[in-house]
Amino acid sequence: MPALTRVFAKTSLFYLLVGLSTGVVLALRGWVRLPPLLTVLSPVYFHLLMLGWIAQLIFGVVYWMFPKYSPKAPRGREWLGWAVYGLLNAGLVLRAVAEPALAVYGGGWGGVLVIAAVLQWLAGLGFVVNTWPRVKER
Amino acid sequence: MPRLSCWFVRMALVYLLVGFTLGALLLAAKGLGRWPLLWRWLPAHIEFLVLGWTGQLILGVAFWIFPRFGGRRGREGPAWLAFGCFNLGVLMAGLGPALGAPAWVMTGGRLAEVAGIAAFIWHIWPRIKAIGM
Repeated sequence: MPALTRVFAKTSLFYLLVGLSTGVVLALRGWVRLPPLLTVLSPVYFHLLMLGWIAQLIFGVVYWMFPKYSPKAPRGREWLGWAVYGLLNAGLVLRAVAEPALAVYGGGWGGVLVIAAVLQWLAGLGFVVNTWPRVKER
Repeated sequence: MPRLSCWFVRMALVYLLVGFTLGALLLAAKGLGRWPLLWRWLPAHIEFLVLGWTGQLILGVAFWIFPRFGGRRGREGPAWLAFGCFNLGVLMAGLGPALGAPAWVMTGGRLAEVAGIAAFIWHIWPRIKAIGM
């Protein structure tokens, strides 16, 4: 298993744990008085699981298992794979902080959310660009 | 990778890119407090990423790597039917609400998704087997 896949997989497991823990916090809303910041976590909860866990695990396994790009560069552009990892996680962490902060405090957090959107979109674009040439018939 | 898997995976990548683009626009809209009409595209964002990307990638990879019968993948017709029905369904169910289409478009899309998955199960069921069977 290549290093990038290991990093993707371990990070995805971390997000699984954090995502499910966020679900516990959300379930507490019904019977425990929570700080406002912890009551607006629903979108973050979904994205920690769908993007942080599932998509990230898929990205890592696809990088590992898909048909080789070429004998010299079997997994395509490795630097782009690492860039996707960085962009995806930077975007997701920024989002996880800025989305509830914007809902509660407003103000400048909106700009951070826009940056998070751009980072996540670039991660998706980079993954597609690196993976597309490896989708080929034998 | 067999031809049908290539089609499934390529379509999944297209849905990934479109779904991420919609998601980024929605997140930016939330950050900027603008473009309220953009939220009509939230169901499409969810449909494209949950079924169009994740679900479809799973179907394509399953068709590729599940056990075979002496090198053959069994009846491929139902799997091709699944590809067509499933993608028609995702498009109808995703775009219907965003474009303000009549309710039957969404219902038809869901029906096409069910038909697609039923056809895929028809294909894949015999391939879920022990080694040597």
